[in-house]
Amino acid sequence: MHSAIEGIGLAPYLSIGAILLVLGVFGIFVNRKNVIIILMSIELILLSANINFVAFSAATGDLSGQVMTLFVLTIAAAESAIGLAIVTVYFRNRGSIEVDDITMMKG
Amino acid sequence: MNWTLALPEIVLALSGLVILLAGVMQRRGQAFFSCAMMTLLALVVTGILVVFSPDGTGYGHIFINDGFARFMKVLSLTGAALSVVLSVGYAREMEIDKFEFPVLIAFSTLGTMIMASSGNLMTLFVGLELSSLSIYILCAFARDRVTAAEAGLKYFVLGSLASGLLLYGISLAYGFAGTMEYAGLQQAVRGSAVLPAGLMVGIVFVLVGLCFKLSMVPFHMWTPDVYQGAPTSVTAYMAGAPKIAAFAVLLRVMAGPFGSMTPQWQLLIEVVSAASMVFGSLAAIPQGNIKRLMAYSSIGHMGYAMIGMAAGTAEGTRGTLVYLVTYLFMNVGAFAGIVAMRRRGRAVSQISDLSGLGRTDPGMALAMAVFMFSMAGAPPLAGFFGKLMVFYAAINAHLYGLAAIGIVSSVIGAYYYIRIVKIMFFDAAAPALDRSPVSVSFVSVGMGLVTTFFVVGLGPVATAAQAAASALFR
Repeated sequence: MHSAIEGIGLAPYLSIGAILLVLGVFGIFVNRKNVIIILMSIELILLSANINFVAFSAATGDLSGQVMTLFVLTIAAAESAIGLAIVTVYFRNRGSIEVDDITMMKG
Repeated sequence: MNWTLALPEIVLALSGLVILLAGVMQRRGQAFFSCAMMTLLALVVTGILVVFSPDGTGYGHIFINDGFARFMKVLSLTGAALSVVLSVGYAREMEIDKFEFPVLIAFSTLGTMIMASSGNLMTLFVGLELSSLSIYILCAFARDRVTAAEAGLKYFVLGSLASGLLLYGISLAYGFAGTMEYAGLQQAVRGSAVLPAGLMVGIVFVLVGLCFKLSMVPFHMWTPDVYQGAPTSVTAYMAGAPKIAAFAVLLRVMAGPFGSMTPQWQLLIEVVSAASMVFGSLAAIPQGNIKRLMAYSSIGHMGYAMIGMAAGTAEGTRGTLVYLVTYLFMNVGAFAGIVAMRRRGRAVSQISDLSGLGRTDPGMALAMAVFMFSMAGAPPLAGFFGKLMVFYAAINAHLYGLAAIGIVSSVIGAYYYIRIVKIMFFDAAAPALDRSPVSVSFVSVGMGLVTTFFVVGLGPVATAAQAAASALFR
């Protein structure tokens, strides 16, 4: 079977995965505006791992990576549902979802 | 295929669904108590099934049941059951008496059990997420309180980040070892003279993710805020079962697949452990809120428990397991005391609210004093034996520096534990606290007795821990 991996190798896939991971992590820590952006960054991190899984799975011919990807997609869906629910609860209490406002507790 | 291996998990999952259904069928208001009782029953039944479950590997090597898994599962079920009992008396006043509450604890415990039995990085991740996702909801469960919502949000964001990093680490480990199974990983690691850099990076990411769940320094920043904001019975749960499960995974992965490269990761674990012990004991000193203080205290305790893991021997693992047992009991007991801190129907959580408790409520003050002395490591209470065993293992593994740091920081830590005792018995009395619910007193007295007379049960616990540890190092 001729897969795309054989054509261009593993490196581009892993690079994209790594770039998405870094974008996601920076999105969480550098972002000072909106919690929704943080939720998006978390999705980016999970998807970066997914790209790795699929690429490795295709390169090694081992299917378990692709099975893992399906699990991760399901978990990511549950995670963002819960995240949005918590953000909604927070907004109803505080009337704002600015990252700089999440400072009720400190010390 | 031997499906009975996972019988306890299957029973707990099905009972969780049944209890959810039973909760929906009942009228609002009554459902909480009956669902909490059913959850308690389900946890106890699961615990009995765990004790009698057979050894073996099943479901295509993704699920391992051995002495180690059983030990960890019984511990985490105990922690969960005690927190359910705590929440029964507490939920109505906090307006969290909805029937989903105990069910979420049951599902989270199911996740921790799956983690303890994982034989594959995939099972590890799914179990971890099941456990974490339930806790995110539990943290924000008191949804009309801004602090609870904020605790939920903070825990969600940082916890998801940790899960994401862990997953990325798993993907790298999978790619460079070619398999996700622990047995396969072990072969890949043993077989290669020089480890691929990708595998090393993957292992570090997995370690970071798990250290985060354990709130080890430097990944501890979420702990005080989340402990403070979450409802107290949720905090009591969070400080128990999930940490035990994270330790289970860490011990299994580091002793099994990555056991042959102990020298490479040992230094990392030592540094994290030393930093947690020192930070936990120093940062707790200025705290005025007792839940925040308990957060720093648990950071410190995780550091002590990790000493045994840093030793990298069966003896060290035994020390860690005994430490976790003592930690679980004294921690739940201390949180029972904090749950009982109510004045005129409102929860209070400042340390100054405890002042003069020795005169207004001698029983509770005595119980709290026992837990504080035990956490400080005073003999002959439970905490002393846990510390003794990890320090002993560290010295036998020639980790003299780590043992010295541990002893120094436990002396520093004793200051803030004993300060609470001083405030309770020697300060001018504050207005009396409300009478605590029966269930809370029950947990408090029970854990107080366990902590005080732990030396009686030390032999059996140490034997069980020894068996669990040798299952891991076979």
